[in-house]
Amino acid sequence: MSDAVSLVALIPRLRRYARALVGERAAADDLVQDTLERAWSKLHLYRHGTDLRAWLFTVMHNVHVNQVRASRPTAALEDDMPELAQRAVQGDALLVRDLERAIAALPAAQREVLLLVALEDLSYDEAARVLGIPIGTVMSRLARAREKVRALMQGKGGSKLQVVK
Amino acid sequence: MSEAEQSVGEAEVHAWVDGRLAEERRAEVEAWLVAHPEEAERAAADRALNEQLRAHYEPVLGEPVPGRLENAALRLRRWRAAAAIAGWIAIGAATGGVAGWQLHAQHAPAPLAQPGISVIARRAALAHATYAPEVRHPVEVGADEEQHLVAWLSKRLGAQVRAPRLEAESMTLVGGRLLPRDPGPVAQFMYQSAPGRRVTLYVRTEGPEQRETAFRYAREGNVRVFYWIDRKFGYALSSTDLEREELLKLANAVYQQLNP
Repeated sequence: MSDAVSLVALIPRLRRYARALVGERAAADDLVQDTLERAWSKLHLYRHGTDLRAWLFTVMHNVHVNQVRASRPTAALEDDMPELAQRAVQGDALLVRDLERAIAALPAAQREVLLLVALEDLSYDEAARVLGIPIGTVMSRLARAREKVRALMQGKGGSKLQVVK
Repeated sequence: MSEAEQSVGEAEVHAWVDGRLAEERRAEVEAWLVAHPEEAERAAADRALNEQLRAHYEPVLGEPVPGRLENAALRLRRWRAAAAIAGWIAIGAATGGVAGWQLHAQHAPAPLAQPGISVIARRAALAHATYAPEVRHPVEVGADEEQHLVAWLSKRLGAQVRAPRLEAESMTLVGGRLLPRDPGPVAQFMYQSAPGRRVTLYVRTEGPEQRETAFRYAREGNVRVFYWIDRKFGYALSSTDLEREELLKLANAVYQQLNP
C-alpha cells in the first residue's frame, strides 16, 4: 500500500495542476479534495511501485471529466475570444491575465494535454496513460493547443513572451 | 542539409520544445530550426509558453495547504466515520511483550476508539518525513543554542517543554523547530546518531480532557512512530532509520526522562 504521507506530500502538485486546469482557487481545491477522496476509494486499483503522482492525475482527470459533463453540456469556449484581440498590452498583469485566459479558452481535452506536458513535465507517454488516449492523440491535441494559445496571445504580449528565459 | 535534418517533423519540434530529445538529435533539430525561421519562431513561442506556465503557477506549490485537503489525504473524515474498520494505519497497542512498561496500559482505550491519537502519529510521521532528510536545514535552532531553543518552544507552546538527553542511547540532539497547528503549535526535536540515523520527537500540548495512554505503535509508509499522551503533552517519536525495537527502547528512555 502506498501511504497517507505520500498523498499529503503530493497535495501541492495536485493543487498546481488543478489551479491551471480549473482556474479559480476554491473550485480547484474542491477538485483536489474530490480527487483525494476518490483516490482512497480506488486505491486498490493503484499499482504499487508505479508513479503515484501520475496515478492521481488519472484520478483527477476522471473526476474532472465527470464534473464537466455534469455541469456543462458544452466544453470550454472553443471560439476565438474577440475581446482579447481588441485589448492593448499594458504590462505584465495583462500578460498574466491573457495567459490564464488563453489557457481557459482551450477545449478541456487540449488544456489537459498542454498542462500535463508543459506545466507538469509529463512525458507524452505518461500523458497518454494519464488521459487514457493514444500517444498520437496527445501529440495532435498538444499541437492544436499550442497553435491556439499562440494565436490568442499573438500581438498582445507575444513579444514579451519571448523575452522570458 | 543532411537527411536527418530534412526529416524533422512536427512531433519532433514539440519534443524539442519540451526538452524531450536526446542530445545528438536535439542538435540536429536545432540546426533544422535555424534553417526554418517560421517553425523556429513558433517553437520559441511554445517554449516560452512552457516557461510562462511554470513561472505563473509555481507559487501555488508554496501556498499553505488547506486543512480540508490534508484531512482528505490523511483520510481523517473517513477515519472518524468508520474508525472501527479503518485499517489503513497499522496500529498495535505495543503492550504485549513490553514488560516493565511504566505507562498505564490498563486505562488505555482500545487503539481505534480514539481517533485523535492517531492524528498525532500521522502528523508526526509527516513532519518526520519532511524534515529528517534535510541536510542543510534539518532544524530551525541548533543544539548549540539549546537553552534558547527550549525557552522559545516552551513560550510558543505555552507550557514548559524539555528536550530529553539521549546520549546514553547514542543519540545527540541536532536541534528543533516549531511546526504549525495541531491544533496548537507543535515542537519537533531532532536527534541523530553517529552514523547519521535520525529520530524526531514531536511534542504537542493536549486538551485538559486528555489523560495518559499506553505507548502505541503506528507505521506510516516507511516511518515508524511510537506515540503516547502524558498529562499535558502528546508525544510521538518517529524514525525511518531505526527498527521498531530500537525505536521502542528510545521511546522508553524519552518517557523516563520526561517523568523522573
